[in-house]
Amino acid sequence: MASPIEQFQIKPLIPVINFTNSSLFMIGTTVVIVGGLLLATRKRAVVPGRGQSLAEVLHDFVAGTLTDATGQEGMKFFPLVFSLFMFVLTANLLGMIPGFFTVTSHVIVTFALAMLVIGTVVVYGLVKHGLHFFGLFVPSGVPVWLLPFIVVIELISFLSRPISLSLRLFANMLAGHIALKVFAGFVVALLGAGGALSFLAPLPLLMAVALMALEFLVAALQAYVFTVLTCIYLNDALHPGH
Amino acid sequence: MDPIAFKYLGAGLACIGMGLAAMGVGNIFGNFLSGALRNPSAADSQFARAFIGAALAEGLGIFCLVVALVLLFT
Repeated sequence: MASPIEQFQIKPLIPVINFTNSSLFMIGTTVVIVGGLLLATRKRAVVPGRGQSLAEVLHDFVAGTLTDATGQEGMKFFPLVFSLFMFVLTANLLGMIPGFFTVTSHVIVTFALAMLVIGTVVVYGLVKHGLHFFGLFVPSGVPVWLLPFIVVIELISFLSRPISLSLRLFANMLAGHIALKVFAGFVVALLGAGGALSFLAPLPLLMAVALMALEFLVAALQAYVFTVLTCIYLNDALHPGH
Repeated sequence: MDPIAFKYLGAGLACIGMGLAAMGVGNIFGNFLSGALRNPSAADSQFARAFIGAALAEGLGIFCLVVALVLLFT
């Protein structure tokens, strides 16, 4: 029987240009997003149809999340945040189709997305606020003798942000898919055991079905969490003082 | 003892941290629910905050999972 982590193997499809199944699904994700949104907003009706309302709901949802966290001036980051949300959401949901590759289950992909966010925060913060950006590490209302410790702690917490942001998404997708595969493996193992044991096989199958439902929730939730945390970090770049 | 055995012991010990993170997440949602039942009209506005807290608490448990996976599969 295949190992539970075999599904995450990267296989080169066109070795000459290093085109792998991961690249294929990344392009597929982008095509699904762009194609779906173009198709949904093609008519631009005043009274939206089903597709157009879905696109509008997605837009309003991300815009609402962004303005809640950063205020109206955060809307200049809307293209970045919306692209990140749609990419993570679509990649997670495409990965739920059996046999499909989950792009976000590789830490290098999520780490690249997280570094994009943190890089935007640092560059924008330094350009907009100059050295005031480092006020981020100095909370107001702290006694002076405590400041050296607080600044070090704030610095470590800031530096660990890209790691925690990428590991959370990556490990959630990885753990969910491994758990699904392990329970699917139980079904095969019980059927293979034969006799009375094979009558127990539907039990892990039921568990796999329940886990599948949970994984759809996790896929959407992690995309949302990634977006919310992106908005909170962008808020630091826009308003660095505590 | 075999070094491989220590590897698996370490992976098992790392999973204790995941259980502790589960307690943290349960704490957050339990408190959210008890607060929401006292004041249902305020619950909707705090829903996102509950999820952010849960995601942050869960992230620390996920680190334990990554340690366990690294020990198991490398």
